[in-house]
Amino acid sequence: MTAMVEVDRLVKTFGNFVGVDGISLSVGKGEVLGFLGPNGAGKTTTMRMIAGFLTPTSGTATVCGHDVASDPTAVKRALGYMPEGSPSYEDMTVRAFLTFIAAVRGLEGAEAQTRIARAVERVVLGDVIDRPIEVLSKGYKRRVGMAQAILHDPPVLILDEPTDGLDPNQKHHVRSLIKEMAADKAIIISTHILEEVTAVCTRAVIIGQGKLLADGTSDQLLAKLPDYHAVAVVIPTVQVESAIAALRGVTNVAYTQSQTIDDNTTRLRAIPKTSAPILSDVATAMRNNGINVAEIFQDRGDLDDVFRLITTGAIKSAA
Amino acid sequence: MRQAWIIAKRELYAYFATPMAFVFIAIFVAMTGAFTFYIGRFFDRNQASLEGFFSFHPWLYLLLVPAVAMRLWAEERKSGTIEQLLTLPITTFDAVLGKFVAAWIFCGIALALTFPMWLTVNVLGSPDNGVIFVSYIGSFLMAGAFLAIGICMSALTRNQIIAFIAGSVVCFLFTMSGLDLVLNFFRLWAPDAVVTTIASFSFLTRFEALSRGIIDIRDFIYFLSLIGFWLFATVVAVETKKAA
Repeated sequence: MTAMVEVDRLVKTFGNFVGVDGISLSVGKGEVLGFLGPNGAGKTTTMRMIAGFLTPTSGTATVCGHDVASDPTAVKRALGYMPEGSPSYEDMTVRAFLTFIAAVRGLEGAEAQTRIARAVERVVLGDVIDRPIEVLSKGYKRRVGMAQAILHDPPVLILDEPTDGLDPNQKHHVRSLIKEMAADKAIIISTHILEEVTAVCTRAVIIGQGKLLADGTSDQLLAKLPDYHAVAVVIPTVQVESAIAALRGVTNVAYTQSQTIDDNTTRLRAIPKTSAPILSDVATAMRNNGINVAEIFQDRGDLDDVFRLITTGAIKSAA
Repeated sequence: MRQAWIIAKRELYAYFATPMAFVFIAIFVAMTGAFTFYIGRFFDRNQASLEGFFSFHPWLYLLLVPAVAMRLWAEERKSGTIEQLLTLPITTFDAVLGKFVAAWIFCGIALALTFPMWLTVNVLGSPDNGVIFVSYIGSFLMAGAFLAIGICMSALTRNQIIAFIAGSVVCFLFTMSGLDLVLNFFRLWAPDAVVTTIASFSFLTRFEALSRGIIDIRDFIYFLSLIGFWLFATVVAVETKKAA
């Protein structure tokens, strides 16, 4: 895998405020990297630096081997960039705007028309192509932003909050579009919607207060939760004592929690010592001790919890 | 250069996409006419010349040219499109130059549409058309200098009203610096060389020479270098205040 976007110890300060504090990462072809972080964490600032809009205070960013500081135009040529909120010239029609973008990108005449037609088809803009952008709905405006970013079929795409403010159908559409394009591109998207990471990203980084706090697949990120792979069993209250004793016998169980559901049933949770799965061990222990298990399931873990714990500093980051 | 021209075409499109262009041109043409006939006493002068017509141009430009320039960067910044524009494969200079050229062409169109004035004097008498031609060139150059100042002010703010007022004020200083009102203040204490330098910065002094048909290459250089300087300042302003 060759890295198409390489970011090395990127720093951006605004006066005394450190917006981005030494972020390093790389994205290869075929990867969709999700930028996660609370608002104001430095996601947009980082993307703006990679896209050549902001000049880094220190550190480097390269896109397809071009350094954004020494050859910004080459970077911008290799990049499709959709800024946050996808601002575009509202007084233009969609067609005029895309024709302008095509011209700036060096596409003219029949080739420009073909490219525009293809981008318009991909983001489903055909209905509104001759309308002024200012009268379009938010969803359509976002699609105009997507269309201009993919117009020249760039090897690298950076999309700042591509699904923000869209309805569920539109979100689904944008996500499938991103997945479709992922195979031969390196894509970075920012979001604070965690379901998006599971839905489209091959990898995610969590950014908080300008620092990179975690970097990994969604499974790797979930593994940071202390109760990752915890197993819950619902059993008759009379058997709780013997069940706890049985769970003690399972090597990888750290401790158990019990919670009364009603007079006759109790839920027991077994928390593993390491992130290795304990489901089958727990099931075996229950069966061997003759416990009547009504339900048994493994916690899938919640990325929201990882996000919250990491960005509030409750989990030590190990990027 | 090619990129700058693409930007210029888009900006021209933007001017004519709203009624603003037509309102501006109508006001400009109407006001030049009104000033020439009523305040300039075109008929009383009994001369087949457009001197009266051109003498009002600096004052009209003071009001109208910053209005043409004010949106060029302030609007980009306010609507966020500056991020879209500057992440396209163009240089900041391309963008600044393109916007300037579009605005200059726009002013050129407005200026060209005052041609009925020229027809009028030619019907009524036999003016020196060479002088009129040089005056038009001079007026166009002066509009360019006003524009370059206005664009720079527009690049410094996201508020178009502030851009307009700042543009007008700076243009006013450049216009006025040749008048005794300003120069007398400096004559009190400053050496002659300083006074002459200040006077030499005046649009009025330069433009008056051109509008009398006197072609002095220094006047051309003056306006062109002023345009160059302010466009350069605009590039610096855009670069340093991109995300502000």
